[in-house]
Amino acid sequence: MRSLLKRHLVITALLLLYIVISLSYRFELLNTYVMQLIMFAGINVVMTVSLGMINGFTGQFSIGHAGFMAAGAYSSIFLTTVIFQLTGTALPGKTLWGYLLFFLALGIGGLVAAVTGFLIGLPTLRLKGDYLAIVTMAFGEVIRTIIRVSEPLGGPRGVGGIPEYTNFTIVFLFALASIWLMRNFLLSTYGRASRAVRDNEIAAEMMGVDTTRQKVLVFTISAFFAGCAGAIYAHLLQYIHPDNFTFMKSLEYLIYLYIGGASTISGAITGAVIFTFIPELFRRFQAWRMVIYSLTLVLVMLLRPDGILGNREFRFLQRSQK
Amino acid sequence: MNSLLEMHQIDHYFGGLKAISRFNLALQAGEIVGLIGPNGAGKTTVFNLITGVYAPMQGEIRFNGIPIHGKRPSVVSNLGIARTFQNIRLFSEMSVIENIKVAYHSRQNYSLFSALFLTKQFRVKEGEIDQMASQLLEIFGLPARAHKPAGSLSYGEQRRLEIARALATDPSLLLLDEPAAGMDPTEADDLLNLIKRLQKDFGVTILLIEHQMRVVMGVCERIVVLNFGETIAEGTPAEIQNHPKVIEAYLGGSTA
Amino acid sequence: MDYFLQQLINGIQLGTIYALIALGYTMVYGIIKLINFAHADVFMIGVYTAFFTATWYQVPFPIVIVVAMVVCAIIGVTMEKIAYKPLRYKPRLSALITALGVSLFLENFCALPFVFGPEYRSFPELIPLKRYVIWKTYDVSVTNIFLLNLGVVSVLLCGLFYLVNYTMIGKKMRAVSYDKATASLMGINVDRTISFTFAIGAALAGASGVLYGLTYRSIQSPYLGIWPGWKAFIAAVIGGIGSIPGAVVGSYLMGISEVYANSINSNIGFGMAFVILILVLIVKPTGLLGSKEQEKI
Repeated sequence: MRSLLKRHLVITALLLLYIVISLSYRFELLNTYVMQLIMFAGINVVMTVSLGMINGFTGQFSIGHAGFMAAGAYSSIFLTTVIFQLTGTALPGKTLWGYLLFFLALGIGGLVAAVTGFLIGLPTLRLKGDYLAIVTMAFGEVIRTIIRVSEPLGGPRGVGGIPEYTNFTIVFLFALASIWLMRNFLLSTYGRASRAVRDNEIAAEMMGVDTTRQKVLVFTISAFFAGCAGAIYAHLLQYIHPDNFTFMKSLEYLIYLYIGGASTISGAITGAVIFTFIPELFRRFQAWRMVIYSLTLVLVMLLRPDGILGNREFRFLQRSQK
Repeated sequence: MNSLLEMHQIDHYFGGLKAISRFNLALQAGEIVGLIGPNGAGKTTVFNLITGVYAPMQGEIRFNGIPIHGKRPSVVSNLGIARTFQNIRLFSEMSVIENIKVAYHSRQNYSLFSALFLTKQFRVKEGEIDQMASQLLEIFGLPARAHKPAGSLSYGEQRRLEIARALATDPSLLLLDEPAAGMDPTEADDLLNLIKRLQKDFGVTILLIEHQMRVVMGVCERIVVLNFGETIAEGTPAEIQNHPKVIEAYLGGSTA
Repeated sequence: MDYFLQQLINGIQLGTIYALIALGYTMVYGIIKLINFAHADVFMIGVYTAFFTATWYQVPFPIVIVVAMVVCAIIGVTMEKIAYKPLRYKPRLSALITALGVSLFLENFCALPFVFGPEYRSFPELIPLKRYVIWKTYDVSVTNIFLLNLGVVSVLLCGLFYLVNYTMIGKKMRAVSYDKATASLMGINVDRTISFTFAIGAALAGASGVLYGLTYRSIQSPYLGIWPGWKAFIAAVIGGIGSIPGAVVGSYLMGISEVYANSINSNIGFGMAFVILILVLIVKPTGLLGSKEQEKI
């Protein structure tokens, strides 16, 4: 009974949040800039939580996550922008047809990223720890290089004129859906298998879990969400460039994840939200921003390695039946 | 009659060191067999070879007639062989009951779709998994600890959990690697009875590595003795106890 | 043909820079199994130290290189004591993340206006450039700087070889890299040995920094260590991380192939390194000259 009430509480709270933000924007209490920041928060949350699936829950060390974002971003704009630019036809704009195209592009972005994750995961997830980290970073850069040398994708100049299909509602629903799905995965037998791989890979293998298959599965699913996030990102920024998805970007998500707490979804969310909004407080001290981030990261690792949130999940993300 | 497990002329090396040499073993269904020998004799290597951690350099391993040498451990596990480890390998961050539930992942699986969308299949199967795991915990006397992290259990409880976890995979062959390590005589006796119960109630065949002779002599029907990677004796507990080669291996030098 | 040979020389030049950095990565990894991401920034500090020493004090090259090596050694040891030692027995992941944090910190801290500042600087001409044509028919030439590079790296490599294989401290380093616990039981001061390893690795990176400044003359920003660092690191991994000869072999391979790849298409240059890395790791996961780590099961 209590859990049901708790869940209703959560749904109500989320609804309230949505309404408050939407109305504030509508009545100009929040300007466009803050609204964009809020949308970035949503994107960052999905990126961080998906990274957490691999690093936190399955115990692997993937440090090229921005590569999946890039794959999703670039493949999505192909449908909504590039095709029109190449053939010289007019963009559909914010019509029903345009939005349908966008949702299709969103799905394609996710799928392309997922396939990329699968293809990368298959050969490399046999590698352990440090080696895996190196290879994932390498693949992130390879993806970027491929984009840079592809003329239809704008090469090193990037692609502009992307229609702004992303809005707060879409980001909000996307973030919610993504978190819900990833949470379900992690609370199921698939999540248990992942954590088993993390805690003791050899024992997991001895219990019938094909650890390579499990790692590749998590990798692929995580990449899917990162790819979708990338698609949403592209249609928010309206102009993307290979340098949007460098190793630095991957590092950012790593920082959000590990400071918030890598082994929980709540940690990932917290890290992403904090680090999307905190830099705004540092607007004046731009140069110091990364200095403080990095110092915080080191301090957290030395003093509280489980992250700010430690091992605890928010109530509504845990199982409803014990 | 076909043996449950057959190891035929197995050789295995580590670099230049011969770990196992011309090793042969045949286990019949329902037996409890002991594998003993001084440290470094190659006993755990035998386990690792059976379970697919290593692929033997030479020789064959068959389980129910199916060749399993060189197959990966998860495949071997799904064919019905389970093992415990010399140094406990529990999933320490996961709860006790979750440790058991991992066993059902490859056996009672529901689809990814069900998991993602919380379908009826998901709920029903999770319920079944929960029930099976709880029952197993009951049998091993661990239900009170079900939701505690496995790493927080006492040493004896952890060892029991290791065995429970192995049994959750519904094996026909159970490999126990020094299950009595670190136990005092009372605990060892409890373990002895547990192993006998395993054979009776679960119908598993057991291959046991153990140093505590109390347990070995008390529970094994047959014993194989290894030294320097080779079998030096094989027989009933009584035969082994007085076997000159065995005494020499453990004590060094002849006692004549 | 002359272009081919000239590029080969450029490749060797680049490989030399990478080699000195890669050695630090491989030695630290060999002894504590940590990828010290901040190593690249030690290299950067070497470059800047050389720059300031040369500009402010007008001292000759040998002093510049010694100062840079000493400063970097100190930084390396300090880094280890503060950020890595506390995590020595914790999960490897924590140390890796911390290393990333230290790296980011060093880069961004040095970019602050009152430290090094983010602006471009030009490295002074410590040694006037002289060109020697070595193959008249193909118009291939080497510079005195190139020869100096080769000279320095040869001396340092010989020194390192001697150190690791013929001295007591070298023996201790090798012992600790095999088995920390046993080494300490045999009376080796593990902490000091590890600190020493960091010091040597950092000093080599410092030397590389000096050569870099001398050869390429341009100091872009405190982020200049990132790319050479990653390339050198990849070189060390390709050669087999933990293996000193591997680091050297990998570095020259990396330098030469990078120069050639860049001459085909400058955009490919970056990606090339990574493609090679991926291929090598998939085919031989422990690198060309590396050895497999045995885990007791």
